[in-house]
Amino acid sequence: MAASDVRVRATAAAAEWIRKLTAQHGPLMFHQSGGCCDGSAPMCYRLGEFKIGSRDVLLGELEGAPFWIGGDQFERWAHTTLTIDVVKGRGAGFSLEAPEGVRFLTRSDLCDVPPA
Amino acid sequence: MHYARPNTDGSKVQFESRYGNFIGGELVAPVKGRYFENVSPVTGRGFCEIARSGAEDVERALDAAHAAKIKWGKTAAAERSKLLLRIADVMEQNLELLAVAETWDNGKPVRETLAADLPLAIDHFRYFAGCLRADEGSMAELDANTVSYHLKEPLGVVAQIIPWNFPLLMAAWKMAPALAAGNCVVLKPAEQTPASIMVWAKLVADILPPGVLNIVHGFGIEAGKPLAQSPRIAKVAFTGETTTGRLIMQYASENIIPVTLELGGKSPNIFFADVMAKDDAFRQKALEGFAMFALNQGEVCTCPSRALVDGSIYDAFMDLATARTRAIEPGDPLDTNTRIGAQASNDQLEKILSYIDIGKKEGAKLRLGGERVKLPGELAGGYYVAPTIFEGQNKMRIFQEEIFGPVVSVARFDGFDQAIEIANDTLYGLGAGVWTRDVHAAFRAGRAIEAGRVWTNCYHLYPAHAAFGGYKHSGIGRETHKMMLDHYQQTKNILTSYDEKPMGFF
Repeated sequence: MAASDVRVRATAAAAEWIRKLTAQHGPLMFHQSGGCCDGSAPMCYRLGEFKIGSRDVLLGELEGAPFWIGGDQFERWAHTTLTIDVVKGRGAGFSLEAPEGVRFLTRSDLCDVPPA
Repeated sequence: MHYARPNTDGSKVQFESRYGNFIGGELVAPVKGRYFENVSPVTGRGFCEIARSGAEDVERALDAAHAAKIKWGKTAAAERSKLLLRIADVMEQNLELLAVAETWDNGKPVRETLAADLPLAIDHFRYFAGCLRADEGSMAELDANTVSYHLKEPLGVVAQIIPWNFPLLMAAWKMAPALAAGNCVVLKPAEQTPASIMVWAKLVADILPPGVLNIVHGFGIEAGKPLAQSPRIAKVAFTGETTTGRLIMQYASENIIPVTLELGGKSPNIFFADVMAKDDAFRQKALEGFAMFALNQGEVCTCPSRALVDGSIYDAFMDLATARTRAIEPGDPLDTNTRIGAQASNDQLEKILSYIDIGKKEGAKLRLGGERVKLPGELAGGYYVAPTIFEGQNKMRIFQEEIFGPVVSVARFDGFDQAIEIANDTLYGLGAGVWTRDVHAAFRAGRAIEAGRVWTNCYHLYPAHAAFGGYKHSGIGRETHKMMLDHYQQTKNILTSYDEKPMGFF
């Protein structure tokens, strides 16, 4: 519940995977998904793979990788900060970590940061 | 009754230790010889290996599909229909086998696969076999000597990417109309649930001509991407979530091809005050409608995961609804008495728990459940969650995103207008439920809710002859219903003059 000016951060384990994937694939990016199935999971792509739109919001950077969320979704998530963790699994979608047998996971806390 | 575990004595299902791809009518190994382990969520243990395909396998499937497409597209409707009916018959003859395989691969209770997933999938093939026979183009007489013919032609080779929540049923939803309309298909099942469809493919392998249906397994980034991005597909259909949905549209834009996207929802289930007016069968039906959030462990795109209850009946209704939900206890999915099984994967389980966590942090009141359930013995490693009821308000995260677990978030409303306002305060618009004895209020609510399907005094019915799809961020296009034939066909207009005289312009 601690107030924070950081909207997105990575756990140590997730940060290690981001570095590992960066070494393997080059610079990365994230986009927070919504909806069903693997909705609510963060998607990790090679930088530039996913076209960022005019309404996407940049929440921060994780190990140098920009982390984006859709504008409409941001409005509804703005009162929370995100912590990107990693768990065993493989998810669905096109996220780069899936073949490694791990899946990034979004955990959340309340924040008092004004909307960016 | 308890079904024996697959690969044990007396089981309906003996999975092979390894499955390749289904290409050109044959089971073939992936080109690079790579496989990944497939886990059963029932126990959390691996039970077979699945092809880890790459672009080269996708190309091979596309080669097979393109080799078959001209002949299949010109195959008489009566013949195509007959083959779809044959697929349905074989599925029906093997219903228990497929139901047990599906349960083992996905974790859902066999009670549901026997009564819902498989019967619906079978009917889907029969439905489109029937629609296909009645499908026709049109002809218009524009003037005495000019006739406009509208003929339908298949798109060609289409890509279909299937989710893991109803592996066989969602495959049927996508395959049946595409095949009926004369297309060849390259299908990529979800990597969490790749095995049951291979049991299915082996049963029906000889029915369709080689190359008409091809199944390529693998990870999204390695197999899904080259498929969705291929200039050799005429359409891509995807069920999943919004970021991948946008990525699929982006890939489709490179080739200027259409997409069908089903990206989920956050479906409101509205209980008006008159639900409680009598203690009768309808009240019981409405309470069952509330508990429908637990169907398929909540892993349904139209999960009624926001229950909106009129303030004047709130306490009495919620007491009954909570008692009804409490009776749903996770258990062995292969026991026909079990009404809620395992979540489909460990990461799915973790995501659900992370939502229960933020629900508590946001101050929602946990009324029931809210925890992982450890079952004894072999099931100890499985992914079970207790049906969970939160009470809160619609701005909370647990009201705004699909948790895709057995978690319902309940809010009270004051009157019709507020019910609709809350129902529509969401990014999504896939499903909705309306419960009332007042037919006028029911119809007004149905029209006012911005969603593709409004179940009125029912929920979670999925007949083939009812269109399914979303408004807003829930996606583009529809599934099910005969209109799907049009979504998998081109319109050819042949504009013909039967007048021998020149027009007189030049």
